[in-house]
Amino acid sequence: MPINVLMPALSPTMEKGNLAKWLKKEGDAIKSGDVIAEIETDKATMEVEAVDEGVLAKILVAEGTADVPVNELIALIAEEGEDPGSVQAPKGGAEAKTAPVEPKGTPDQNAAPDGAHASYARVDQAPEGAKPSGAAQPAGSGDRVFASPLARRIAKQEGVDLSAVKGSGPHGRVIQRDVQAAIEGGTAKAGAAAKPEAKSAPVPEKAAPKAAGGSAPAGLSLDQVKGFYEKGSFEEVPLDGMRKTIAKRLTEAMQVAPHFYLTVDCELDALMKLRETLNGSAGKDKDGKPLFKLSVNDFVIKAMGLALTRVPAANAVWAEDRILRFKHAEVGVAVAIDGGLFTPVIRKADQKTLSAISNEMKDFAGRARAKKLKPEEYQGGVTSVSNLGMFGIKHFTAVINPPQSSILAVGAGEKRVVVKDGQPTVAQVMTATLSCDHRVLDGALGAELIAAFKGLIENPMGMLV
Amino acid sequence: MSETYDVLIIGAGPGGYVTAIRSAQLGFKTAVIDREHLGGICLNWGCIPTKALLRSAEIYHYMQHASDYGLSAKEVSFDAAAIVKRSRGVSGRLNGGVGMLLKKNKVDVIWGEASIESAAKGNEPGKVTVKETKRAEPPKGAKGAGTYTAKHIIVATGARPRVLPGIEPDKKQIWTYYEAMVPEKMPKSLLVMGSGAIGIEFASFYRTMGAEVTVIELLPQILPVEDAEIAGLARKRFEKQGIKILTSAKVTKVEKGADSVTATVEDDKGKTQQFTAEKLISAVGVVGNIENLGLEKVGVKIERGVVVTDGLGRTNVPGVYAIGDVAGPPMLAHKAEHEGVICIETIKGLHTHPMDKAKIPGCTYCHPQIASVGVTEGKAKELGLSIKVGRFPFAGNGKAIALGEPDGLIKTIFDAKTGQLLGAHMIGAEVTELIQGYVVAMTLESTEEELMHTVFPHPTLSEMMHESVLDAYGRVIHT
Repeated sequence: MPINVLMPALSPTMEKGNLAKWLKKEGDAIKSGDVIAEIETDKATMEVEAVDEGVLAKILVAEGTADVPVNELIALIAEEGEDPGSVQAPKGGAEAKTAPVEPKGTPDQNAAPDGAHASYARVDQAPEGAKPSGAAQPAGSGDRVFASPLARRIAKQEGVDLSAVKGSGPHGRVIQRDVQAAIEGGTAKAGAAAKPEAKSAPVPEKAAPKAAGGSAPAGLSLDQVKGFYEKGSFEEVPLDGMRKTIAKRLTEAMQVAPHFYLTVDCELDALMKLRETLNGSAGKDKDGKPLFKLSVNDFVIKAMGLALTRVPAANAVWAEDRILRFKHAEVGVAVAIDGGLFTPVIRKADQKTLSAISNEMKDFAGRARAKKLKPEEYQGGVTSVSNLGMFGIKHFTAVINPPQSSILAVGAGEKRVVVKDGQPTVAQVMTATLSCDHRVLDGALGAELIAAFKGLIENPMGMLV
Repeated sequence: MSETYDVLIIGAGPGGYVTAIRSAQLGFKTAVIDREHLGGICLNWGCIPTKALLRSAEIYHYMQHASDYGLSAKEVSFDAAAIVKRSRGVSGRLNGGVGMLLKKNKVDVIWGEASIESAAKGNEPGKVTVKETKRAEPPKGAKGAGTYTAKHIIVATGARPRVLPGIEPDKKQIWTYYEAMVPEKMPKSLLVMGSGAIGIEFASFYRTMGAEVTVIELLPQILPVEDAEIAGLARKRFEKQGIKILTSAKVTKVEKGADSVTATVEDDKGKTQQFTAEKLISAVGVVGNIENLGLEKVGVKIERGVVVTDGLGRTNVPGVYAIGDVAGPPMLAHKAEHEGVICIETIKGLHTHPMDKAKIPGCTYCHPQIASVGVTEGKAKELGLSIKVGRFPFAGNGKAIALGEPDGLIKTIFDAKTGQLLGAHMIGAEVTELIQGYVVAMTLESTEEELMHTVFPHPTLSEMMHESVLDAYGRVIHT
């Protein structure tokens, strides 16, 4: 039997992706671990590795195909001894969505079609507990559910909670096949498993924004917006996956997490001096290049990491009906890239040395720009650092990146006149503003956190021990 | 010539040209290749010119029955050549229209016989060679023979009449729809082999024009895809008009005389009979045009004479797509158009779903007209569905009586449990224009409730659609 290669779910929220590139041709021999294709998800370009051996017999989804649903058959691998020429797609071609899409453990356990076994790209990178999405996504209770008359009637007869069914009809309308899929998938039954998915979202049920169809919560309609402008005075730019994700996540953050802001000025003179000393002392590698070159931002990341562990109550995130408190500090760092941004996360920033953080950030930034970050590298985190100092920004506030509970907006370090001992004097000063999720951090706790941060920045030797 | 496109479409029939226009709308650089005519069979040798012929027949019929309406028409007659000329004129006009639409949408037309050399691989686009054709003159501005490349190649080559061995059309006594559409003179007698839409429409046309018509159908029912009750009513009407109909009957032999053709017909009990007529129309279905397109060369999977696709137009070979007749039944122009749009929107990455074949309507323009969508009563029972059936006769409708068209029936089939409209079947005047109301209802997933709540204008034939729904739930008013 040929091995089916299915569209892998590269992150727990991935429903579909673009098949960016085939790196193997039909007829090529495939070894386990070979990279066979590149998949573009909403955030990144990922490599698909083969887990089986054989010959790539048929490519069923052409490269450049957009929005290939997870679990769609994308290629067939002929096993050893099998004639690749005789390998044929199962009846119905690529439409044969034989492998069910409902969440049940790892994809490898999904039923395989016609005795052929399914081959996925390596998805063990996904965080634990990740569920392939595709089944019901609650549209949020309280909101009006758009559903066809037939869908409503079947839902009523079968006891299906329509608000828990994701609509696939026009404008996300729930139609017959959605209800039937929900019945067959056993999800969305009213009562018993009414809110199975809601648990993963750090969002109180009632405030859940309607996110049907994966789009941003509704503001003005397209026609309304266009109505404000003269025809022909603008060009229309389609949204890519990253833009959609940013719009959705950050709108959600502003609606769900009550933000408040704390601003402090930090003097940098001691830090700049220490930085110079440390950079000057960096050893050289065999090419004569310094082993590290610390930036101010590396100090900021480290300081934020240490501050979080010194104020343990702030090293926490909101999770529906409880707070998750962490031992180590995970600090995300916003990296601007063409057309959007990524926030790769420095794990255990409290424990890592400045040089380790610095080198890790260089690697992250490079791969972020190439859209080669793995989902687990930009997921999670307790706080983030967003630094617009290089653009000469003095002060700004940032939007918390869910599920994190704070974000530090860092401005430029500049010479300012400050008053010391009653006398005006010149110091290098940087303004930093912490946005806090009030559900987790109260004002005093936030103040404690940013004070710890300020203390470390102004007495940077504390970061070396 | 050589040029690179985003999308190359082989075949400019209703599937191909509509797909081409949608493709251009989506911003693809698009070309459509054809060897014979823009608009395909549908517009040149099918749907459209037959409607023109049938319109002539209809008016002729009314003229013959003018006195029924208090009118008089003396010496009613016809000019076969003029009828054909009008029909060709209608096709010609629309053919030009398609050319204009393609031009307006900046779709290139390439003239000749196309063959796929290779499908797109990696960054290498697929390649199609186009050879010169002698079949027809190219339209103005068309590109000629050469090699053209495109990332996406859509096969939309349609279908042609099925030929039975021993009964090969000869253009003289044995006709296909091509010859039947352009008779030099009206035959006095005619055998029609096959009672699908094509066979029945020609039977109806030639009978109205005065020919002795015999229809021979292999299956037990004429119009085999239609609801048995509707087909039974149609048969009665046809027989009343003087059409002789044989079902469960097989043409075993055809002998040609100087000016006649004799068919030996065997019934299901093995008894044979001979029928002689001036002409025989072979209307035993159509087969997909899959030959000489390079499909084997690039490895496109073909089953039962049609290209296998995934419902979104994709074949097993990435970069090669198929839509319309060549991608399988139902072989209808509107199915091809819709399938083509789904295909190109899928290529664009838009949110698409495979077409629901249970919601594709079908129309036959005989007299009386027949139209249907969804499952028949027989099929529903075969599927073990629990159904409610509504019926409403034309005789109960004011507008139908006023039109002088009191014969006909509108039948609806609902799922007894969910109220889903599973099918609708109609026979009678203008039903081909009515069916769409039910198709919209089905697509919107209406139940009987919404249909009952819908206001139908009075006085119209459409009121019968309302009454049929009411009847299914025991609430009919006018019977």
